[in-house]
Amino acid sequence: MTEGIGARVLRKEDKRFLMGKGRYTDDIVEPNQAYAAFVRSPHAHAEVKGIDASAAEAMDGVVAVLNGEQLTGDGIGNIICGWGVTQKDGSGMNMGAWSALATSKVRYVGDAVAVVIADSIEQARNAAEAVEVDYKILPAVAQSMKALTNDAPEIHDNAPGNVVFDWEIGDLAPTDAALAGAAYITEMDITNNRLAPNPMEPRSAVATYNDAEEHYTLYTTSQNPHVARLVLSAFYQVAPEHKLRVIAPDVGGGFGSKIYIYPEEITCLWASMKTNRSVKWTSDRTEAFLTDAHGRDHVSTAKIGFDKDHKIVGLKVNTKANIGAYMSLFSSAVPTYLYATLLSGQYNIANIYCDVQAVYTNTVPVDAYRGAGRPEACFLVERIMETAAREMGVSPVELRRKNFVTSFPHQTPVIMAYDSGDFATNQDQALKAADYDGFEARRTEAASRGKLRGIGFSNYIEACGIAPSAAVGSLGAGVGLWESAEVRVNPVGTIEVLTGSHSHGQGHETTFTQIVAERFGLPTENIQIVHGDTDKVQFGMGTYGSRSGAVGMSAIFKALDKVEAKVKKIAAHVLEASEDDIVIEGGEVKVAGTDKLMGWHEVGLAAYTGHNLPEGMEPGLKETSFYDPTNFTFPAGCYICEVEVDPETGVTDIVQFVASDDFGTIINPMIVEGQVHGGIAQGIGQAMLENVVYDDDAQQLSASYMDYAMPRADDLPNYSVHHASTECPGNPLGMKGCGEAGAIGSPPAVINAITDAIGNNDLSMPATSAKVWAAIQAASAKQAAE
Amino acid sequence: MTEISMTVNGKAVKADVPDNTLLVEYIREHLRLTGTHVGCDTSQCGACVVHVDGKAMKSCTMLAASADGADVTTIEGIADGGLHPMQTAFKENHGLQCGFCTPGMIMTATDMVKRYQADGKELTEDAIRHELEGNICRCTGYHNIVKAITDGASKMTNA
Amino acid sequence: MYETKYHKASSVADAVSLIGESDDGKLLSGGQTLLPTMKARLAAPSDLVDISGIANMHGIKVSGSTVTIGAATTHAEVARNADLQAACGSVACLAAGIGDAAVRHLGTIGGSVANNDPAADYPAALLALGATITTNTREIAAGDFFVGLFETALSDDEVIVSVSFDAPSKAAYAKFPNPASRYAMVGVFAAQTANGARVAVTGAGSDGVYRQSDMEAALDSDWAASALAGVQVGSEGLLSDMHADAVYRANLVKVMAGRAVAGCA
Repeated sequence: MTEGIGARVLRKEDKRFLMGKGRYTDDIVEPNQAYAAFVRSPHAHAEVKGIDASAAEAMDGVVAVLNGEQLTGDGIGNIICGWGVTQKDGSGMNMGAWSALATSKVRYVGDAVAVVIADSIEQARNAAEAVEVDYKILPAVAQSMKALTNDAPEIHDNAPGNVVFDWEIGDLAPTDAALAGAAYITEMDITNNRLAPNPMEPRSAVATYNDAEEHYTLYTTSQNPHVARLVLSAFYQVAPEHKLRVIAPDVGGGFGSKIYIYPEEITCLWASMKTNRSVKWTSDRTEAFLTDAHGRDHVSTAKIGFDKDHKIVGLKVNTKANIGAYMSLFSSAVPTYLYATLLSGQYNIANIYCDVQAVYTNTVPVDAYRGAGRPEACFLVERIMETAAREMGVSPVELRRKNFVTSFPHQTPVIMAYDSGDFATNQDQALKAADYDGFEARRTEAASRGKLRGIGFSNYIEACGIAPSAAVGSLGAGVGLWESAEVRVNPVGTIEVLTGSHSHGQGHETTFTQIVAERFGLPTENIQIVHGDTDKVQFGMGTYGSRSGAVGMSAIFKALDKVEAKVKKIAAHVLEASEDDIVIEGGEVKVAGTDKLMGWHEVGLAAYTGHNLPEGMEPGLKETSFYDPTNFTFPAGCYICEVEVDPETGVTDIVQFVASDDFGTIINPMIVEGQVHGGIAQGIGQAMLENVVYDDDAQQLSASYMDYAMPRADDLPNYSVHHASTECPGNPLGMKGCGEAGAIGSPPAVINAITDAIGNNDLSMPATSAKVWAAIQAASAKQAAE
Repeated sequence: MTEISMTVNGKAVKADVPDNTLLVEYIREHLRLTGTHVGCDTSQCGACVVHVDGKAMKSCTMLAASADGADVTTIEGIADGGLHPMQTAFKENHGLQCGFCTPGMIMTATDMVKRYQADGKELTEDAIRHELEGNICRCTGYHNIVKAITDGASKMTNA
Repeated sequence: MYETKYHKASSVADAVSLIGESDDGKLLSGGQTLLPTMKARLAAPSDLVDISGIANMHGIKVSGSTVTIGAATTHAEVARNADLQAACGSVACLAAGIGDAAVRHLGTIGGSVANNDPAADYPAALLALGATITTNTREIAAGDFFVGLFETALSDDEVIVSVSFDAPSKAAYAKFPNPASRYAMVGVFAAQTANGARVAVTGAGSDGVYRQSDMEAALDSDWAASALAGVQVGSEGLLSDMHADAVYRANLVKVMAGRAVAGCA
């Protein structure tokens, strides 16, 4: 089967993108379309004393200037957080209110206070500048550690000390006891830098209210249009669900940032009703830096203990998670259940305790960004393992191997039950691919050229395939995390698969097709994937958390089971054979061991004509499945980074980057490798280039590509990507997921490599050439002093 | 308002546009050729690259008025029906994921190949990576884009 | 972008008169800095006078050792010009490293020089080479032209027509790019000229491009990278920002100067 599972099928979706015929939200133009420009706070923290829109309203082309009072007056609800975290003391989160348009107070630079609707975008922008807002400026704070100090400004009245929640996992006393009895202890402060997701397509929304039908249509850059519709209707009361159609057409990357339902989409829908015009808003890049949910921003202390044989006895972590000015949709889950539950890494650790304080600051809300909590956990575990190996004077490779979990299922002390994996095999594969045995010779050779060569490791594990609905419900999730699929076999035998997953670069139109082609032996050209439109597709949960393979495709698989069963019944009836003897292969439905057969299209036609169906069978051939996973999946792997540092400038070249991943079953290796490449690039970006920087007044200094260092082609190496897979026992296809691994596994490998090269372990991300050079200077000063 | 006329993808076009209209705005909003994208405000991402009189330029950093009289090619006009060899190379090498940066990448890639061919210089992997300085992709990590351009260059030579 | 009135100048005189007639007009050359600034609403010229089409502002002439580059010559044209590559390869090479390929197809030497961005590349070359900036009214020595951050000796309605310099016997430019903007975090142009060694530094100085006289003295006595080893480069007067502090920039000035000298041809 050249187009089935495991085949490197070229992507079906490519042609339209290559020809410039993709259809992204900003490409859509509605008749009578007006444009929205938001009036945003230039201050990080201020009271809004008044808004004077009279000058703006009088300007050319202005349709309306709308504010937060009007928005809340029309009953538009506050923005929700979809996951309630319970604090140590049993209480709920101290969540402050977030209105799509601020009323009395603004809490970060970019917080919207009003919106101008005008005939052209330039008219809207001109008028937005003319809206006069009377601000009383308040002290502001951008860093979590500063926000926790006594003299920090309080950002929300109901979050004393700016603490959103104080949460814990694991058992404190046994962990303390284990660490007290440890033969070796390593302690570290570990910071995970703040990132801006930066999908290349900026967010955009086109909202249309039809007053005759009292119906709304929203084109939007969303990873999960059904969730958007649900939240917009049930919580924001923009429109009843059956009167709101949400379409996420081609979406130019998401990386988490397009999961959330932002103020702009809410406002555009509401403004469309207020003005009876279609309303379009498209973010520019600086607006994206100021409003797209950021990622990471953890400050942690960690302590790990080993016995005399270098076996881990305990791990204790404290993390301050900067949550930004408001709680975004999954912001509470990211630094808790998506983070601390992975602190066991690939290792057998009997005792783990972690507590997390989530902290309000005057910054852009922080939420899931590719990896979402898991990169923070992996960075912490893999940095401290490497550091411990150095401190104990043992091989970082052997230290990891000695502590690997080797039997499955394995229950960690932090909720997760690992179902499968073979960590040593991935490590072996990576070491071989990286020619680890030859490293010392390469280091010596590099030294002869005046270069510092280093090697670093990262053995990551992640929890993907999110997630069993009952399990996440018990942990506070406001939704179930199943996925849906409908398989429609048309009367002529072509197939449409309607999926609740959403593709914004992942290649679903190809991969999803492959499992259908495999099942029935049909050419992929006869199969169409339909997604991203709430009017076409049954309710679904969308794409994030590397879930579309393990969950989304499992739903398709289950629906295919039902189609297959019905096809067999029909064929058995028509061909007068036993159902058990019917086989489907090569696009034909046959009676095994005979020459009796029906063409695939003949079965389709039989189902729809209904002329000759088994007694009692309904006509038609369309089946639906809602698949709820039984467990998380656990992709894991070993990444090795090798660098050369120029000691004169601190410039670091990645001379090789090796990945060995266990993703379970792989449907399309070409697409999977592409996902790994992109993930690694984002991880290297975090490790060496990217950083959201705020000044002391909580002004964002890095709000354009002039100052936010996006990884470019000449910053990055080629990647040596390998797979060694164990099948996931938890879903019918045996898949684990591959979307985030690269971003999760790579940052510690990079930092471990650079610190190995320069002989100074004190290096934070991003390890810019300036920081690396300073660390080299510090190391030589220290050496000179000794 | 300024009256402009130019050739876009081989077709003569003419319009009265506000003087501050960017070439990309003219292409997207007036001509409704939406394959040319805008991904940043600072001329860095390259999603807007088109060819003006045969040279790659960032249409977000050029006034439509400045292109008066020019011969403009956008992603929609790069192939005579079907796919240009560079487009084929991107497909065959999985050089795109979300597709948003892709038109700019293709326009930059064909420009670089033409320049290197004209200068008789070898388009090495290092050269491709350097030449891509003005095009940002967030999805692919560039590995397959570099492969695609290498392949596309050879396809263009043999075409 | 705010509203503006676009004019296409047919000659230098036309440009001068158009800019003179405007309220608050600006010359538009390649627009690679001006247009992003206008898009960000940080500039709102009433009029834009496009000088990119003025024929006698284009092209590169090498006569004897004198190089003259028309102000509207693009970076790409400078980079690929065979005569210039032969006479003064360092300047062609510098131009090849400005921005990216698409930016180089539009951006011009005159625009870059007139803008005098403290991280731009050309000012370092012109200052080191003792270039002359010729405008519609006068000739200005590079040393007098670059006044401070984004400041030059140009008056409001003055148009740069060309820049010229004598080809040095040896020269090279070594640039350390900012990881985000790719402008020079530090760029050093080193040249052995008829007037002695010249070292000009861009990207680092808090007043913009400057000459590093200690290095020039060291190179005058011994034109070799090793001659710079003993030169102390302090961090006072150097820029500090989120990408690099003054101490790191000081180090880069020294390292890049050494690499420029070593790379001289």
